[in-house]
Amino acid sequence: MHPAYSVILFTTSSGAGYGLLFWLSLAHMAGRLPGGAMAFIAVALALVLITAGLLSSTFHLGHPERAIGAFSQWRSSWLSREGVAAVATYIPAGLLALIWLIGAEAGVTKLLALLSATGAVATVYCTGMIYGSLRTIRQWNKGLTPVVYLALAGATGALLLGAMMSIFGAAADWVGVVTLMSLVAAGATKLAYWRQIDADPGQYTTEMATGLGGEGGSVRPLDPPHTKPNFVMREMGYQVARKHTRRLRRLSVIALFAVPIVAVLIAVLASGGAAILYLIATLTAGWGVATERWLFFAEAEHVSQLYYGANRA
Amino acid sequence: MTCLPKQTDKKLGLVIDLDICVGCQACATSCKEWNTSGYSAPLSDHDPYGADPSGAWLNRIHSFEATTAKGVSKTVHFPRSCLHCEEPACVTVCPTGASYKREEDGIVLVNPDTCIGCKLCSWACPYGAREYDYDDGVMKKCTLCVDRIYNENIPEEDRVPACVRACPTGARAFGDLGDPDSDVSKSVAARDGFNLLDEFGYKPVNKYLPPRINSVQAAPAAEEPAAPDGSRLEKLFAWADKALSR
Repeated sequence: MHPAYSVILFTTSSGAGYGLLFWLSLAHMAGRLPGGAMAFIAVALALVLITAGLLSSTFHLGHPERAIGAFSQWRSSWLSREGVAAVATYIPAGLLALIWLIGAEAGVTKLLALLSATGAVATVYCTGMIYGSLRTIRQWNKGLTPVVYLALAGATGALLLGAMMSIFGAAADWVGVVTLMSLVAAGATKLAYWRQIDADPGQYTTEMATGLGGEGGSVRPLDPPHTKPNFVMREMGYQVARKHTRRLRRLSVIALFAVPIVAVLIAVLASGGAAILYLIATLTAGWGVATERWLFFAEAEHVSQLYYGANRA
Repeated sequence: MTCLPKQTDKKLGLVIDLDICVGCQACATSCKEWNTSGYSAPLSDHDPYGADPSGAWLNRIHSFEATTAKGVSKTVHFPRSCLHCEEPACVTVCPTGASYKREEDGIVLVNPDTCIGCKLCSWACPYGAREYDYDDGVMKKCTLCVDRIYNENIPEEDRVPACVRACPTGARAFGDLGDPDSDVSKSVAARDGFNLLDEFGYKPVNKYLPPRINSVQAAPAAEEPAAPDGSRLEKLFAWADKALSR
C-alpha cells in the first residue's frame, strides 16, 4: 500500500496525543498529576497533537470541505466511528483544558478525565480497526492491528507525559515505571505482529482471482491492460524491498523501543538530567514510530495485485 | 446509508464469456466514451497520447496465459470491472454514505456529490474495480450504465450497458442474475459460470464463463534441425561462408 505522508503524520501525531490524554487523565484520577500550569499545558499539548493529526488526515481527501458527512455512517464504517469518537473526546478534554486554564476548582474534573481517557482509547481503537477490518490486506487484517495502534499510542503518550513532568521538575518514579512498562508492552506487541505477518504467505492466488488454470494449473499475466501504472497499481501496488524492510524494522525497534527504554531507565535510576533524557527518548521514539507507520503501509500487500502479477496475497 | 440492503429485488449484472472475448478493448473504450460524458464529471485523462498516460477507467482488459495441469496453455482475454457484489465492503467502509447498493436492482454506485475522496472503498475492493479520479476528487466505478438501462430517451436496443452494446463478439451479456429464468442465468448454468475470487466471500453478481480450454490441443513439438552429416554440399556452404566472411 502506498504510504501517504499525511496519514502517517495523522496516525502517529494523534496517536501520541490520545496516549498523552489517556495517561494524564489516569494520573489526574489517581491524584498524581501536578496541578497548575503543568496540567493545562499537558492537556493542551495533547489536543494540539490530536488536532494537527486530524487536520493532516484531511489533506489526502479529494473533498475535505465535505468531511462533515463522514460522521454519518457510524453503523457500518470504522472511519466514521473514528470521526465520531474523535469529536466526542474533544468535549471532556476541552472542558478539562478550560477548567485548568482558568484554575477553577471543580469537582467534575475526575469525571471529565475518565471520559477523556475512555474517548482516547475508543478513538485509537477505531483508527486501528479501519485497517484491521480490511480483509483485502492480510498484513492489516489481524487481531493485533488495533492492539499495536493502542500500545504505540500508549507508549508515545507516556513518553510525552514523562517529558512534560520532567521539564516542570515534577518527574516522579511512577511516570518512569508507566513509561517503561508501556514501551516494553508496545515493543512486544509489535514484534509479535511482525512474526504473525511473516508467517502468513497469503491464502489467495492469481488462479483464484481469475478462475483460470483449473486444478493444478497456473496463470501468468501476458499483456497488461494499460501501458502505464493506473490508480490501483500506484495506490495498492507499492512495494518495499525485503532487505530494506529488515533494516527499517531494526531501525524502528532501536529508535522506538531500545533507545527510549535505556534513556528512561537511566532517568529513573539517576538523580539528575531527567528532562534531557526524556526529550532524547521522545524525539527518537517520534522518529521510530514514523518509520514503523511507514512500514505498516509499505509492507501491506493488497489482493487486487493478483491481477497485476502478484502470485499470492 | 452504507449498510447493505438485506436483499435486492433484482441482481442486475454482467456475464462475461472468457471463451470468445478477443481482447479488442472495444468495451473499455465505449465505457470510457459513455461515462466520460455521462451524469458525473468527465473521467480524468492525463497525457492520453503521450509517454505517460493516466486516468480513470471503469473497465480494464487483461490478457493472461492460463496453463492446465497437463501443460496445455491458452491466451485468455480478461475484462475486469466492478462485479456489483451482494456483500461488498466497499459500501460498508464508506464514512459518508456516498457509496451504496441499490435495493431495487443491486447496482453499487458512488454519489459524486457526497464522496469525500478518502479512497477507503478502493482499499476494501479485492478486485481493484474502483479508480480514483484525481481531477474530480471522487471515486469512480462501473455504474452498470444506470443512465442507459432505464433511459427511455434512447432506442430500446441501446438500453444495455455501453460495454455490452459495443462487444463485437457477444462476449458480454447483461441481465438479472437473480432470476433463474433469465438468459444470463441460463448461460451461467449451462456453461458452469463462476465467481472471481469466490473464496473471498463478497458474493459477486457478475459471472464469468470459462474458456473451453479442453478444446485446445497441445502444439506439436518443433522439428529438430538435422545434425550435420559432413556431405560435399555442406562443405561447399562452409567454404562459401568462410570466403564471404573475409
